[in-house]
Amino acid sequence: MPDTILAPPPPPPAPEATLLDSNELVINMGPQHPSTHGVLRVILKLDGETVLGAECVIGYLHRGVEKIAENRTYQQFAPYVDRMDYVAAVSNGLGYCMAVEKLLDVEIPERAQAVRVILAEINRIASHLLWLGTHALDIGAITPVFLCFREREEALKIFEKYCGARLTTHAFRIGGLQYETHDTFEKDCLAFCDLMDEKLKEYHALLTGNRIWVNRTKGIGILNAADCKDYGVTGPVLRAAGEKWDIRKAQPYSGYEKYDFDIPTAENGDTFDRYMVRMEEVTQSCRIVRQAVEGLPAGPIKGKIGKVIKPPPGEAYVSIEAPKGELGYYVVSDGSLNPYRLRVRPPSFVNLGALDKMCRGSLVADVVAIIGTIDIVLGEVDR
Amino acid sequence: MANPINTFLLTDLLKGLWTTFKNQKPSLVVTEQYPRERPPVMERYRGAPRLNTHPETAETLCISCNLCALACPEQLIVVTSERNPETRRKDLTNFTYDTSRCMFCGLCEDACPVDALELTQDFEMATFTREGQIWDRQMLEEGPLPTEYRH
Repeated sequence: MPDTILAPPPPPPAPEATLLDSNELVINMGPQHPSTHGVLRVILKLDGETVLGAECVIGYLHRGVEKIAENRTYQQFAPYVDRMDYVAAVSNGLGYCMAVEKLLDVEIPERAQAVRVILAEINRIASHLLWLGTHALDIGAITPVFLCFREREEALKIFEKYCGARLTTHAFRIGGLQYETHDTFEKDCLAFCDLMDEKLKEYHALLTGNRIWVNRTKGIGILNAADCKDYGVTGPVLRAAGEKWDIRKAQPYSGYEKYDFDIPTAENGDTFDRYMVRMEEVTQSCRIVRQAVEGLPAGPIKGKIGKVIKPPPGEAYVSIEAPKGELGYYVVSDGSLNPYRLRVRPPSFVNLGALDKMCRGSLVADVVAIIGTIDIVLGEVDR
Repeated sequence: MANPINTFLLTDLLKGLWTTFKNQKPSLVVTEQYPRERPPVMERYRGAPRLNTHPETAETLCISCNLCALACPEQLIVVTSERNPETRRKDLTNFTYDTSRCMFCGLCEDACPVDALELTQDFEMATFTREGQIWDRQMLEEGPLPTEYRH
């Protein structure tokens, strides 16, 4: 293992002479480790149980999505974005469609915008539920994963009923929506919000006061607001550090300015605060869904857009608040049927950059908690 | 947590255990015993492709316009046709659909102007060979054979 891959660690205290005198140990965590949420390999430099540094090795799931985009038409690329962050496919589809719509300069009907908001928020809840289940499982609580997956199933049923797929939804099309909402759409969404409000109490009963959970999360993986900004970390990790930044409020898109909701924040920026922020975000998402369903306007679901999408030459960048942070799509058009260049700014990849900073000085067992708390999806990190 | 009595009496842990225990009721079990019972999929589910035929004449609805093949991101649809000298129309000769490369995005279904190509509610499409995944016209029109399980 070459020494250059890790920044020089702080000088360890003078060791007592031992037989082997091997104070530093470099080990691999992953890519087969079940707690790395996929195929993430972390090289850890250890002094006993203390982590001196961590380096991520990524690329095991690289599919070259950005290059694929250059060989597909604008409509044909839309299903591929679902395969990046596959637990929040709707948000990915929303970001991509909005970027192309910005290039085309097309107006989206209000009904389509409201349905987009409803589905994106339900997807945020589903993503946070999966995060909560697996994060608690990493730390050692097994019950939450079963309860979370039970509720996530209801969210996936709404997607399946609306657009025909549970995970890789392909729910939105450029210019609006493909599918009109089904008869029980509003009822299903409201029932899901009521269910979530009720079940959140169960999660709080299981975890929030639990002494094992508190001891494993409080003061672990602290990242303050200044460091978050330095690393470009966004999403719940930034909000848990006390920064009130949410793209839905800062640069409202798709009609988010019409809904009344709060941005949950915390102070310490540790793992427990990120847990509380995400739990509160679920409540806020339920609020948005309720408002959007009640004020769902009638009207067309697709804007004035031709069968062939041929944007004028130019470029567009659109960023949205995905469940994991700021998700950006940058599309360059040369006036042909295919994008000239497409670049994704994935929140998981950027947030993963802060892993080394958060891990230093903590114990090996806490690395598992820290990887879980930044909520990464490797499909999005590697693309 | 701050209350030492609660700490001593394990209230926080018992609260969690009670939540777990409450969910053990048999009426709350949501596990589906697949394949003994098959979950109903939704109406809009995008599953196995089907090439629709006219319900009375059993003639194919496909007009060989090739729009589905152009819409497909993976270019897995091949439509072959020949010009009928009498009607001056294209007659479908074969239609292959490579389900092994399909991601069931539904773009072909949306592109079809006559609702001939459709993604159905069938989802059991496993075969023992890679060639078996490439469906020809006959397979697309008749649909996959229903799977039987013997226990």
